[in-house]
Amino acid sequence: MSAVIEEHHDHHDHKPTGIGRWLFSTNHKDIGTMYLWFSFIMFFVGGSMALVIRAELFQPGLQLVEPEFFNQMTTLHGLIMVFGVIMPAFVGLANWMVPMMIGAPDMALPRMNNWSFWLLPGAFGLLIASLIMSLMGMGSAPNFGWTFYAPLSTKYGPASTDFFIFSVHMMGISSIMGAINIIATIMNMRAPGMTYMKMPIFVWTWFITAYLLIAVMPVLAGAVTMMLTDRNFGTSFFDAAGGGDPVMFQHIFWFFGHPEVYIMILPSFGIISEIVPTFARKKIFGYSSMVYATASIAFLSFIVWAHHMFTTGMPVAGELFFMYATMLIAIPTGVKVFNWVSTMWKGSMTFETPMLFAIAFIFLFTIGGFTGLMLCIAPADFQYHDTYFVVAHFHYVLVTGAAFGIMAGVYYWIPKWTGNMYDETLGKWHFWLTTISANVLFFPMHFVGLAGMPRRIPDYSIQFAEFNAMATVGAFVFGFTQLIFLYNVIKTARGRTGVKATDQVWEGSHGLEWTLPSPAPFHSFTTPPQVK
Amino acid sequence: MSTTNHGDYFIPEPSKWPLVGTIALTTTVIGAVNTIHSMNEGGSMSILLPIGLLLIAYLFFGWFGAVIDESMGGKYNQQVDRSFRIGMLWFIFSEVMFFAAFFGALFYARVFALSWLGGGGNNEMTGELLWPGFEAVWPILTNPDNAVFTGPEKAMGAMGLPAINTAILLLSSVTVTIAHHGLRQNHRKPLIIWLAITVALGAVFLTLQVVEYVHAYRDMGLTMDSGIYGSTFFLLTGFHGAHVTLGTTMLLVMLIRAIKGHFTADNHFAFEAVAWYWHFVDVVWLGLFIFVYWL
Repeated sequence: MSAVIEEHHDHHDHKPTGIGRWLFSTNHKDIGTMYLWFSFIMFFVGGSMALVIRAELFQPGLQLVEPEFFNQMTTLHGLIMVFGVIMPAFVGLANWMVPMMIGAPDMALPRMNNWSFWLLPGAFGLLIASLIMSLMGMGSAPNFGWTFYAPLSTKYGPASTDFFIFSVHMMGISSIMGAINIIATIMNMRAPGMTYMKMPIFVWTWFITAYLLIAVMPVLAGAVTMMLTDRNFGTSFFDAAGGGDPVMFQHIFWFFGHPEVYIMILPSFGIISEIVPTFARKKIFGYSSMVYATASIAFLSFIVWAHHMFTTGMPVAGELFFMYATMLIAIPTGVKVFNWVSTMWKGSMTFETPMLFAIAFIFLFTIGGFTGLMLCIAPADFQYHDTYFVVAHFHYVLVTGAAFGIMAGVYYWIPKWTGNMYDETLGKWHFWLTTISANVLFFPMHFVGLAGMPRRIPDYSIQFAEFNAMATVGAFVFGFTQLIFLYNVIKTARGRTGVKATDQVWEGSHGLEWTLPSPAPFHSFTTPPQVK
Repeated sequence: MSTTNHGDYFIPEPSKWPLVGTIALTTTVIGAVNTIHSMNEGGSMSILLPIGLLLIAYLFFGWFGAVIDESMGGKYNQQVDRSFRIGMLWFIFSEVMFFAAFFGALFYARVFALSWLGGGGNNEMTGELLWPGFEAVWPILTNPDNAVFTGPEKAMGAMGLPAINTAILLLSSVTVTIAHHGLRQNHRKPLIIWLAITVALGAVFLTLQVVEYVHAYRDMGLTMDSGIYGSTFFLLTGFHGAHVTLGTTMLLVMLIRAIKGHFTADNHFAFEAVAWYWHFVDVVWLGLFIFVYWL
């Protein structure tokens, strides 16, 4: 059934062949590749839903889709982008990079690793099947927003909600197993001399993210389980008639939900912290403060959840606590932004595509951070709540934050994965079109939001027309620009760019992953490297 | 790259079990939803549910069987052992957080929702207009809308069965530790005897839980439908009972493996993992006994 990998290097490229290589894989690179492709496909699936939303919102009035279908689109767009795109992409990057960065041959628990991946197609199959059934006129897909507040999802949810519940269970199992695997790998597989405070920041951010996942995914599982029993077995957790409380659902959901949004940003922080030193040709400024800042953000994420619920109603003492606790997050986050900028200060900088995305990340994520500060002020939030200002805020942190981090990481590491340099011209086109269109898409949402345009509604008042038309144009440019990215990735993977990557790939890169050949061997380090 | 002082790495060969696991789980959940939907309309069980559950059983036998073979074949080194330990430890932590969600719901309902429904805090009108006559006392015997959710006739006391069950679980944590001491000294007889006693205690606990549930449904009117008290009572004790069932099953497997002579004094992580798990369900029970039954 198994073999001990010998210390000889001739074992390196005994790759299994055919479809079995992927179905039965125990290899961190192959599983990482599957995660990344899954995420990429889901990016286009969830993206096309966003385009349906934007097309409907191109002008006031109802023209393309029924409001009922619009609700399904906003719900599935959110769920797919959160659980099907950002999270799997991060796990894919962790799979590829963490063993190489810490000098390990593979993940600690390779079979469980493959199970974590293969649960995702099952889970999203269930979710997307409900949409296909809806398109065929058989019932409705989930239509209550990705936050599935009770009673929308309990008393009023469509029949497919029960499939959605189990789909979330499967995603949760996948995430928990993936997180346990990453923790075991980092704690147990580091090469001799790779002490905790020598680990690359990307490894550190994932280490902390994994703890967040283990702590909150089970809470989400608990929340959907209570939904399931409320819907089908007569319990009254979220029903005041039986002494329960729909507001309790929001508390449980956001106890998961707020750490979840940091799960979706911390690994990007790690990626940016790898890229900026490489292209500034300097060591990262304030390594240990980066680690402590990440840990502080993770800790604070557990005590700020009710800032999503200021208008729901809670005692004033609660509003104040959650407002001030939320403001505190700006401090460690500010430390990080300061450190990235200081790393670039007086650096010998060049601007290849990964660096462009990293710099855009620093600018645009910071905008998302500032709007977050605006939203955390409870009395002001009463105006912003449930408007497009919130939509603008979280798309700045998730698209130009998390997704830009992922794109930067793909450009940064793809030469190591494939052994080929990507097409720099196409990369630059992709970067500039993406960055400009993302701002055309999301920036006007601040204005319509402040002026009072509500989110999740397929129609709007006439005075919001120009900005919405602008956002829709930006959305379509953004969406189709990603085809350049897809083309560039395929071209690179197939070696059609004509430029081989060196082992070090980038002039300024440091770390164990750059000591391996490009493309990296099938089993990363079969002999542990010595880290000084 | 310098030479190693780490010993060889262990990487398992490609394995079908993760894929079997995915198919099993997907089949089970589709079966479960179809069953729920069909039963809500008075129909019967979906055939996919038993098929999925059988596949899960096949998965457990196959995957754990493969791991046992590898372990007995001496393929695992200390590093693999550490990975398993870390994995089990954090798995148990994730289980703790799963129960935390339900305990959180219990505390929220008791501390906040209950008082607000009765007009506490600045919610005087909630009580006055929406639920006139509702009295904020725990356990709730009369629900805010007692026609929709009929409250139980009385609450489940802590003395009697729950207290006996507490003693049983605490005792079983002691017996499993004695069994472990026997194992560590390579004394197979005390290992098998004390482990068998632990399994028996687990089974007695579960039997008493069933007796309690029957009593609750038949004599007390305490059901899943009887409002938030019944909801939290049955989901907390129910998930705990499910975990005890799983734990007892795992202990039973350990007993069989101990009889087969699988374990040695210094190589028996499976036993330790199950013992950790057993202590974990014990600690959860203490939380249940205090906050669900007693206070």
